[in-house]
Amino acid sequence: MSAYENEDEVRSVERPAWSTKETSEGSQELRRRTDTPSDELGRESGAVLQMPDGRVLDPSQIDVDRPDDETMIINMGPQHPSTHGVLRLMLELDGEVVLRTKPVIGYLHTGMEKTAEELTYVQGSTNVTRMDYLSQMHNEAVFSLATEALLGVDIPDRATWIRTLMLELNRMGSHLMWMATNGMDLGSTSMMIYGFREREMVMSFFEKTTGLRFNNNYIRPGGVAADLPDGWEDDVLVICDTVLERSYEYDDLLTGQPIFRERTEAVGGLTAEEALALSVTGPLLRSTGVPWDLRRTMPYLAYDKLDFDVIVGTYGDNFDRYSIRLNEIRESAKMLRQLVEGMPSGDYRVQDAKVTPPPRARIDSSMEALIHHFKIFTEGFKVPEGEVYCAIESPRGELGCYLASDGGAKPYRMHIRGPSFVNLQVLPLLLRGGLLSDAVAVISSVDPVMGEVDR
Amino acid sequence: MTDLAIRALDGVPTTTGPMVDQIAFPERTAYKALVESLKGSGFEMCSDLCGIDYLDHMTRSLPDGVTPERFEVVVNLLSLSAKRRVRIRVQVPETAPVVDSLFEVYPGTEAMEREAFDLFGIQFTGHPDLSRILMPEEWEGHPLRKDYGSGRIPVQFKEAPGPR
Repeated sequence: MSAYENEDEVRSVERPAWSTKETSEGSQELRRRTDTPSDELGRESGAVLQMPDGRVLDPSQIDVDRPDDETMIINMGPQHPSTHGVLRLMLELDGEVVLRTKPVIGYLHTGMEKTAEELTYVQGSTNVTRMDYLSQMHNEAVFSLATEALLGVDIPDRATWIRTLMLELNRMGSHLMWMATNGMDLGSTSMMIYGFREREMVMSFFEKTTGLRFNNNYIRPGGVAADLPDGWEDDVLVICDTVLERSYEYDDLLTGQPIFRERTEAVGGLTAEEALALSVTGPLLRSTGVPWDLRRTMPYLAYDKLDFDVIVGTYGDNFDRYSIRLNEIRESAKMLRQLVEGMPSGDYRVQDAKVTPPPRARIDSSMEALIHHFKIFTEGFKVPEGEVYCAIESPRGELGCYLASDGGAKPYRMHIRGPSFVNLQVLPLLLRGGLLSDAVAVISSVDPVMGEVDR
Repeated sequence: MTDLAIRALDGVPTTTGPMVDQIAFPERTAYKALVESLKGSGFEMCSDLCGIDYLDHMTRSLPDGVTPERFEVVVNLLSLSAKRRVRIRVQVPETAPVVDSLFEVYPGTEAMEREAFDLFGIQFTGHPDLSRILMPEEWEGHPLRKDYGSGRIPVQFKEAPGPR
């Protein structure tokens, strides 16, 4: 006896239309080989280097004539735990081997560059900080540096050093987060717990200094929002000591672990030529042996006064990228010590009434201070006409801000060059010829943050 | 290196600005050839490419001999060997917003050009897959154009919306 009285009827009930509706991104999706032009086919297959006569470097790599019925196109994401957000990959597989890949992005697009045109420069850093939510300070810093370059104001030493301190703490936190998620993607759940545990110390320091754990809006045009709290030296030194000590525990847990080594070594190989051609920056570029780190090669803020090493790899594989990030955590700890020792005294923001609000105490006694305060928070300050491209090294690579001003109080156009957005182009190349199970590890080693990809 | 870069920019109107060595304003027809010769002079990487719509700011300052058009494509090239940056701003008219694609010179511009196409409607000839990248496939219009309104959600107890 069935649980249902009228079993046939129950089974014949059609599913509602909304549950059967397919999502389609049309031509953004990976198409069948017969429908794809040959140059696009080459790109999806990961052949990126062009010969002077327009040919692809290795034509034998692209089997254009493979019949469609031998392969299978599968969809991975956008809601997939290993894609670090809402990245959608369409993969063409032959058995378990990846032949073609196409990332489909835009699921987190909220038009932040359009929003930036409607916010004043004072409000702008609250907007950019939401892009790359794992290295929020870097977004604020690049926006502030670009604005200051157009304004032509000089920032006090202490503000510059505080900014550098926060950027390095943020890099440490971001890399720790990456260690955690990368460990989880490769099956090491304990690494996930440890990475988050250490990052929590950085987050607590941010909360103590800025009032918020994320989206701090701490680095603003003209300086930083507040001075460092009492006892910050001890907090930072404790973070340095603890993270440095525990980074050697990660060596025991992962670096020397045979399963981890086998899953990362010689997986997702990249050469320097390919990385340069695809505009890849950050740990991905350094893993190929190119010593390019904007902190060293084109110094900004206080980086030219700090002693640190640029970590480079040799083979450009997943293991190199892991080692680079692990060692950059240690380099950050080294830099943080120097920043604590050398922190100058002085103002934490420029004393220019046209750019930064007056101190709270002066508003009670000075009419001009009250007017300046009111003007800055209602109208904002005007920025001279011009355009500038400013770039800094975020944990993911070159983070650029292209800012154009028409002389008003709002940016005429603000464009963020997100390193994750550009680095994602390398996926078809890294995944080609590898196993589907390695795809998860490779996506993780590229370290995309979808908030920045889609903006 | 310095000489080579200057030689590649010979005959092209240039200016300078903060955080960049030179800003060049090539003709639309000479744009791709200029980028190619700059790549030959040591600019190994195209670090950024984006569009910009100057509809509300046509009076911007440009060097002599450059006719302002509504759109611009802005390309930032980077030389790792010489630690230099150079910026190229090419004028793109509203009536025919078409420029050559840099895909053959720098394959890394693929996603950036798709983004500029998606958000500004600038066409790149020679691009392998010029489709929308951030907006949905069936979206109408190009959101970062200045004549594209930004929309708003009605909020209770808020005064009447402004002219947008």
